Amino acid sequence: MIGLTHYLAVSAALFVLGVFGIFLNRRNIIIILMALELILLAVNINLVAFSAFLHQVHGQIFAMFVLTVAAGEAAIGLAILVIYFRGRGTVAVDQADLMKG
Amino acid sequence: MAAFAFYLFAFLLLTSGLMVITARNPVHSVLWLILAFFNAAGLFIILGAEFLAMLLVIVYVGAVAVLFLFVVMMLDIDFKALQRGAMKNLPLGLAVSGIILAEILLVTMGWQPGQGVIVHEALAGPPEGMTNTQWIGSQLYTRYFFVFSMAGLLLLAAMVGAIVLTHRRRVGLKKQDINVQNARTPAGTLGVGKAGLGQGVEL
Repeated sequence: MIGLTHYLAVSAALFVLGVFGIFLNRRNIIIILMALELILLAVNINLVAFSAFLHQVHGQIFAMFVLTVAAGEAAIGLAILVIYFRGRGTVAVDQADLMKG
Repeated sequence: MAAFAFYLFAFLLLTSGLMVITARNPVHSVLWLILAFFNAAGLFIILGAEFLAMLLVIVYVGAVAVLFLFVVMMLDIDFKALQRGAMKNLPLGLAVSGIILAEILLVTMGWQPGQGVIVHEALAGPPEGMTNTQWIGSQLYTRYFFVFSMAGLLLLAAMVGAIVLTHRRRVGLKKQDINVQNARTPAGTLGVGKAGLGQGVEL
């Protein structure tokens, strides 16, 4: 029988994959944003699994709010990426601190 | 059957998650991300959260992933140059993510529900006479109404922010300006000058 722990393990593994992706692709901000999406997806799996196994609906509602924030974050992140690319001609963010005042 | 479906979706989810962060071509990364979202939606359906599963497919695959695909394909990015020095962070990344994984698994395996909390072993569903979607709606539009409106406001702010950030007034563009055209009078544009003998006219 698949229990709560199985879902939590999958979510933990996906979360760690997201964290590792940020380390692995430190220069490419597009992959970093995708890794952030993976992390938020792991959080959502956690919330929905608890919601199902505790017989409560609040986890699913909070997962919806996390989804909202993730969509907004992706839109703003990609907008910043576009203006960064327009100004620099690259999306390598390891030298992004050159922008500072 | 449910166990087989869980393992299938979980395996595909983790595999595609791994491919997202390791694929050489970011377009492939986006496609793997779409597969990951689909498999997460499958996990949600097994859990009985069919509304969130559909939301994941529509919002994530239909909007967010396509947005990523647009940006990756529209910008002419030299991805080869971005991969230089990627392996430099590998030991640190492995160490940090290994520690995080170990800690989360440690907590998860030893987790016990608090006193008085009933954890159903069987997959749980909504109360009698209600579908799961009705259940969500009955709470979302009553108890969580304020938070729900704030979420809408947040999306509005994100939309305005994205437009303000990317919109630019381009200089040197010849566009028709009707107000300027209508405001033109002969007095402002016509003039009579004297042309002297043997000289040109100075404009």
